[in-house]
Amino acid sequence: MFNSLLLVLLIGAIAWAGAAVGLAGLFGVALPYVAVVVFIAGVVWRMVYWAKSPVPFCIPTTGGQEQSLDFIKQAKFDCPSTTWGVVQRMFLEVFCFRSLFRNTVADVQEFDPVSNGPRTIYYSSKWLWVFALLFHYCFLLVFIRHFRFFMEPVPSCIRFLETIDGIMQFGSPRFFWTGGLVLIALLFLLARRVFNQRLRYLSLANDYFPLWLLISIVGTGICLRYFDKTEIAQVKIFIMGLTHFAPVSTAGINALFFTHLTLVCVLLIYFPFSKLMHMPGVFFSPTRNMANNSRRVRHINPWNPPKQYFTYAEYEDTYRDAMAEAGLPLEKQPEKAAE
Amino acid sequence: MAKLPTPQMLVSSRPAFPAQDWLDTKPEFTPGSFCYPAKKETMELLHMPNPHDWDPAAEDWNLPENWEQILCDAFEERLEKHRSLKLFMDICVRCGACADKCHFFLGTNDPKNMPVLRAELLRSLYRRDHTMLGKILGKKVGARGWDKQVVKELFYYAYQCTECRRCSLFCPYGIDTAEITAIVRELLHEVGLGIHWIMDPVKNCSFTGNHLGIKPHSFVEIVEMLADDCETITGIRPKTPFNEKGHEILFITPSGDVFADPGIYTFMGYLMLFHELDLDYTFSTYASEGGNFGSFTTFNMAKKLNAKMYAEAERLGSKWILGGECGHMWRVINQYMDTYNGPSPSHMTTPVSPYTGTVFKNAASTKMVHIAEFTADLINHNKLNLDPSRNDHIITTFHDSCNPARAMGLLDEPRYVLNAVCNNFVEMPENTIREQTFCCGAGSGLNTEEIMELRMRSGMPRGNALRYVQEKYGVNHMACVCAIDRATLPPLANYWAPGVTVSGLHELVGNALVMKGESKRTMDLRQEDLPNVAEDDDAPEAQGEGQ
Repeated sequence: MFNSLLLVLLIGAIAWAGAAVGLAGLFGVALPYVAVVVFIAGVVWRMVYWAKSPVPFCIPTTGGQEQSLDFIKQAKFDCPSTTWGVVQRMFLEVFCFRSLFRNTVADVQEFDPVSNGPRTIYYSSKWLWVFALLFHYCFLLVFIRHFRFFMEPVPSCIRFLETIDGIMQFGSPRFFWTGGLVLIALLFLLARRVFNQRLRYLSLANDYFPLWLLISIVGTGICLRYFDKTEIAQVKIFIMGLTHFAPVSTAGINALFFTHLTLVCVLLIYFPFSKLMHMPGVFFSPTRNMANNSRRVRHINPWNPPKQYFTYAEYEDTYRDAMAEAGLPLEKQPEKAAE
Repeated sequence: MAKLPTPQMLVSSRPAFPAQDWLDTKPEFTPGSFCYPAKKETMELLHMPNPHDWDPAAEDWNLPENWEQILCDAFEERLEKHRSLKLFMDICVRCGACADKCHFFLGTNDPKNMPVLRAELLRSLYRRDHTMLGKILGKKVGARGWDKQVVKELFYYAYQCTECRRCSLFCPYGIDTAEITAIVRELLHEVGLGIHWIMDPVKNCSFTGNHLGIKPHSFVEIVEMLADDCETITGIRPKTPFNEKGHEILFITPSGDVFADPGIYTFMGYLMLFHELDLDYTFSTYASEGGNFGSFTTFNMAKKLNAKMYAEAERLGSKWILGGECGHMWRVINQYMDTYNGPSPSHMTTPVSPYTGTVFKNAASTKMVHIAEFTADLINHNKLNLDPSRNDHIITTFHDSCNPARAMGLLDEPRYVLNAVCNNFVEMPENTIREQTFCCGAGSGLNTEEIMELRMRSGMPRGNALRYVQEKYGVNHMACVCAIDRATLPPLANYWAPGVTVSGLHELVGNALVMKGESKRTMDLRQEDLPNVAEDDDAPEAQGEGQ
């Protein structure tokens, strides 16, 4: 955990120092281009890697009643049997984190008076669901909000989003609640890993590093807006330069901005090679994106090997006499087979 | 077999997490922690790769010389064949939602039984060879290379997973540990590592038609005996058609139901039901196994054992297949059969109930219907004369088997039947039933004696839930639709909730079924006295009711 933190701090420090000694061009121009290319190419490369392997079997995890008899109600969202049903299931999964919503926590009691012995009790546990959802939605909104730096004129929907985001009319510049909430959600996700014994045991640097990276991105972003305020007009001109492939001077923009930008670039570069690929990955998951209709529609396995099995003829040859004695119908009577 | 600790001791003796990192801890192969290895002859007979003698408790497992190469190549091949595997290796975020969903983890508190870590055992190997960061940074990002200890670890934990898919239900990306475990077992079979309890039934099923190795004449004899028992109880001897051509329906059920108590009573229930309906059907001694231990071995072995069903339906000219109560059998039939061995023989047709006219459109391609669907439909159309009071001596609950629940969605059909044949039906707590059901603790070929304590541990969540309804509602019976359950739940109930009996659904149907011209029932299918029979001697009110 600390190694990941140190690594993130180191990246930040290098970017800061680099920008301060006049290498802003490197961190502000070259790195973002590299990062975007690596991100797009990397994500496509991994998706192609997945797609190259077939889905040999129809293996949805059924989360409810199948479609069978007319008088039995099918769980259409959790056990879909049609493509439209799968679309709905995937929608719930991607936008509402349906499966995580089921989460429970099991409490094993050595003695329970009702059971008069050991008992395991399952409590609903929605915290992970709440904070995961909070993180993803707030992060999405923050991401969309940043398009004000990439577009001229700023589209009205982004202006509207900013109005909503700053609705509390608190402080100056107005406080964006998504920025605060995304930080809170990240800290919760980090605290889970640190304080929950099971999570701590199974967590790897691969888990802490992206968390620290995101925390530092959000942290530097908040600082840029409220504390070590950057020259926002200049930043916009600078970024518009990048998007038009005509980079402009970095003069007048503070080093913290380049730290923020560098951390974002590191995230983009890291993304395709990490667990963050769960974002495109969830759409590929065969236990969720397939209809439970494999008795109605034959699923084809492209590498289905030829059939090889102990045939009835071999079986009858092995047991013919005993079968005849037991009065079982035969393809060939013993005397015929002997010929 | 060692003596079992008391339930309370078992719960309190679950060890704390080890102090070292999971990459540095290794499993200890103590007696009772592993299943006996498959015999070399068995593996040879089945043409499994690299058959050899070995002992899990020994230091050296006698792996073939180039074992590492074999495993790396086999892993690579599986990645090319299964998108699921690539995906599940790449996208896990280790959120831990799956951790306490696993019955093995709850019962053992072994961190590597958390589904996420069970998968990490393989994922760590994947990282080294198939991810950029793993190649560069190695152990720092949870990557490691193959060594013999890793092989042992994979074996240990691949046989402490029953492929029940409960973790997959709770995973935000649907990562399915059953898929990972199945593939790890495939890999281990490549270097000749398998377990006796799985490979022996596979061998039997390959060459005699069923897991138990019952030869055709003995199979007939046993079924005839069960038919005799039906006659003792009802006065009617049900017909027992075998290997007959030209019947509309081929009936296939797990061989455990022919052989083992209490499955045989479920089988008697089938015989009585079919006789009462005068169903146009036949059994087959060749396709006398519904279950498929091949599915616990490799995908190809599952295909091989499953092939007999369509082959026999084709030979006998059956229009469709009716399948008995079984868990993993129905995972194979619902999700794999048509893909493995389809399309179904050309003369087969979409199943239609001959009594209700119901077209089973959901089975239009496989042509195979679950008996709970079939019976629920009959009851819904009022085609059966049932007297549920004959089951009044039981207060039953219902155990959803993992596979019908999470790989098929068969949840309400058996409940519909159960409610029609019993007056006292109580559900277990909601997080332990339906799609959230807990495994019996010994599915996927782990129902062997030598790991009994482990089975009781992994059966703890189910046992606890059963105990709860036993104490709270006086439940004394548990119905299920799985032959493995019928073998594994009695010892589990005996341990966690003594006094609860276990049966299949159709045993209770057989009890309640009022057959035309039957003699007065004084016994249930187990030939135990029915209560309250003597008093209403002259009032056979059940007769003529219904219809």
